Amino acid sequence: MNFEFSEEQELLREQARGFLGEHCPPTAVRAVLNGDADFDEALWKKICEMGWTATVIPEEFGGLGLSYLELVVIAEELGRAVAPVPFSSSVYLATEALLACGSQEQKDKWLPLLAAGEAIGTFALAEGNGRPSVKSLKTRMGASGLTGRKIPVADGRAADFAVVVGASDSGDGASWYLVELDQPGVSRDAVQTLDFSRGHAVLELNDAQAELLGGEGAGWAATERLLDRAAVLFAWEQVGLADAAMIQARDYAMGRYAFGRAIASYQAIKHKLASMYVKNTLARSNCYYGAWALNTDSAELPLAAATARVGAIQAAVFAAEENVQTHGGMGFTWEFDCQFFYRRAKLLGVNVGSEGYWQDRLITAYEQNNAA
Amino acid sequence: MDFNDTSEEAAFRAEAAAWLKDNVPTQDELAGLDDIAAAKLWQKRKYDAGWACIRWEKKYGGREATAIEQVIWNQEEAKYSTPGGVFVIGQGMAAPTLMTWGKPEHHDRFLPKLASGEEIWCQLFSEPAGGSDLAALRTKAERDGDDWVINGQKIWTSGAHYSDYGILVVRTDPNVPKHKGLSYFFLDMKSPGVEIKPIKQLTGGANFNEVYFTDVRIPDSQRLGEVGQGWQVALTTLMNERAAIGGGGAGVNVDVAYRIASEVMIDDKPAIEDSAVRAKLADWYVQESGLRFTGYRSMTAMSRGEIPGPENSIGKLVGAPKTQEMASYCMDLLEMSGAIWDDKLSKEAGLLQLTYMGAPGGRIAGGTDEIMANIIAERVLGMPQEPRMDKGMSFSEVPTGSN
Repeated sequence: MNFEFSEEQELLREQARGFLGEHCPPTAVRAVLNGDADFDEALWKKICEMGWTATVIPEEFGGLGLSYLELVVIAEELGRAVAPVPFSSSVYLATEALLACGSQEQKDKWLPLLAAGEAIGTFALAEGNGRPSVKSLKTRMGASGLTGRKIPVADGRAADFAVVVGASDSGDGASWYLVELDQPGVSRDAVQTLDFSRGHAVLELNDAQAELLGGEGAGWAATERLLDRAAVLFAWEQVGLADAAMIQARDYAMGRYAFGRAIASYQAIKHKLASMYVKNTLARSNCYYGAWALNTDSAELPLAAATARVGAIQAAVFAAEENVQTHGGMGFTWEFDCQFFYRRAKLLGVNVGSEGYWQDRLITAYEQNNAA
Repeated sequence: MDFNDTSEEAAFRAEAAAWLKDNVPTQDELAGLDDIAAAKLWQKRKYDAGWACIRWEKKYGGREATAIEQVIWNQEEAKYSTPGGVFVIGQGMAAPTLMTWGKPEHHDRFLPKLASGEEIWCQLFSEPAGGSDLAALRTKAERDGDDWVINGQKIWTSGAHYSDYGILVVRTDPNVPKHKGLSYFFLDMKSPGVEIKPIKQLTGGANFNEVYFTDVRIPDSQRLGEVGQGWQVALTTLMNERAAIGGGGAGVNVDVAYRIASEVMIDDKPAIEDSAVRAKLADWYVQESGLRFTGYRSMTAMSRGEIPGPENSIGKLVGAPKTQEMASYCMDLLEMSGAIWDDKLSKEAGLLQLTYMGAPGGRIAGGTDEIMANIIAERVLGMPQEPRMDKGMSFSEVPTGSN
């Protein structure tokens, strides 16, 4: 049994944690939260220089050709630091979309730019309230371009291109389009989300110039596959966040006195923290399973991804909510950092599908596994 | 990262599997034997071939196997339905305590018969006034020549009626703080003055006993540790208890719940098509899967020579309430018929009702949910203990309640 990270991967974790401790302290998160910028450009530049955006991109496209086990280690640390950067959109979604469905020409053009951080990509699926489905897609390719409205699109203003899911009359009913965003057919206004430290946009496409990414009518199956892969990576960010929120709650409770003793000595607080630990541990172990399945391209990936994602959503949201609660009134202030976890946990909890969506996917995958 | 054995582990697994294949008792061999006789037959067979208590020293019947080899053996043995269970307390709890605190003559006399299953042991710790707060126990021992004379009552003693020996914690000095006045003994369960009464549980079954001591004499040579050191000795036993009892795979799991949800209807459609049902099952799957992979991570740590710590408390803390919730929910899916507890009429032959009725025991035995949460908070997260009203107080002055 070797169900653990290697020494090299643990070294990478240490290095990543040290790097983010230096370059992404809470003051950096707060600066984006308080300011108008969509992300921390200086931090992003350094992250790209570290090669994190190049992690799983093959060397032939200017990447490092490392495995997903390295990428999940970085994801966990980014989640722990609540990093205000477009990493998830560009790496877990856009890069993965190109790796999965890009033509040689598309890969040649975009992957080296993504690897170097010279381009930022994103993925545009949602078109407003409710669970996206192939039937609900209104974005469509017409005679003179792609038209539709995508909202919300994470990092939509920071991105150079988006992979847009549009309706199709053939195949599974959807197609993917690669859309460069700096063009007359595209407008992108900022959309505020509950996480002020992450930029979002509404993409208005009016006869936008777009090219197919993958086959016509192959976009819905590709979307589900992409979400499975991204779910594992998002889940690792969530367990990093959950761990950090738990530690923040524990440390505060140790130093906060009420009725003459540390509140950490009350069972009401201890049991709350024990619940966080249990949820975090189960979520982390399921994330190991997800990482293994992602890294080995296992047929179990849909089940492993949904399991990792459901557990991680629950762990992160619980830890973030109860961290505020443990801090009492101070946790509710703008001044305290508890809000970073509270905002980000909920954002991460919906932005590649909600808990309910993934619970349903989990049982579907369980059924398919049993049938196989 | 992979799930593969190392080459040494694979070789050990193959050896264990091969032996099990040829030696697991057949139904014919076990026909007519009661549970204890069947368990003894299988244990003796393992002992004779060197497969009993495999981590123990060879001279006591083991094979000096590693922790990971123990896990591999357990996995391979679990592929068969083998009789057992009655040796858990003796081999898993009494023996490690004897090894740590006993004298060489204790080892030579008792360990081989523990390994072979010839002698069964029970644990006499809990009392009506000492459960989660075990050190509040009151059964007293008074010195009389070379013997100690025991008077008092123990409770929740599994297997007292068929055990040959018992491990026992008693109060030898009520005039010092509670943890300092305890001593630890083992005794012959056939000693005069030992009276065993079964406790009928809310399930209707009787797996536990009350054990009464009236002027029971134990030779001082059967004391483990110094007089007054009983708490430290007991901690050795308790640390092994959680390893011995573990998560406990219950009968109601996601596979069972899925099967039921596929068969029963909600609004004329299979319940499994209902999104609320799917969400519930998904959450339990996450817990089962999380425990399985947490186990794999522990195995990996063992494989690398590390010792698993108190973080393993989560198996019971997650598993026991989940079992109760799942049994309850599955009965809800059956609607009015969920209440029927009948081998023939109930779905799953009454497994849901049996599990539900037994579930409170799982949440209490071997450390309540609340105690397990304290262990995680204190030993894993480093949080402080609650203040103790009896701290430093002589045991005889500690306030007591009416329950």
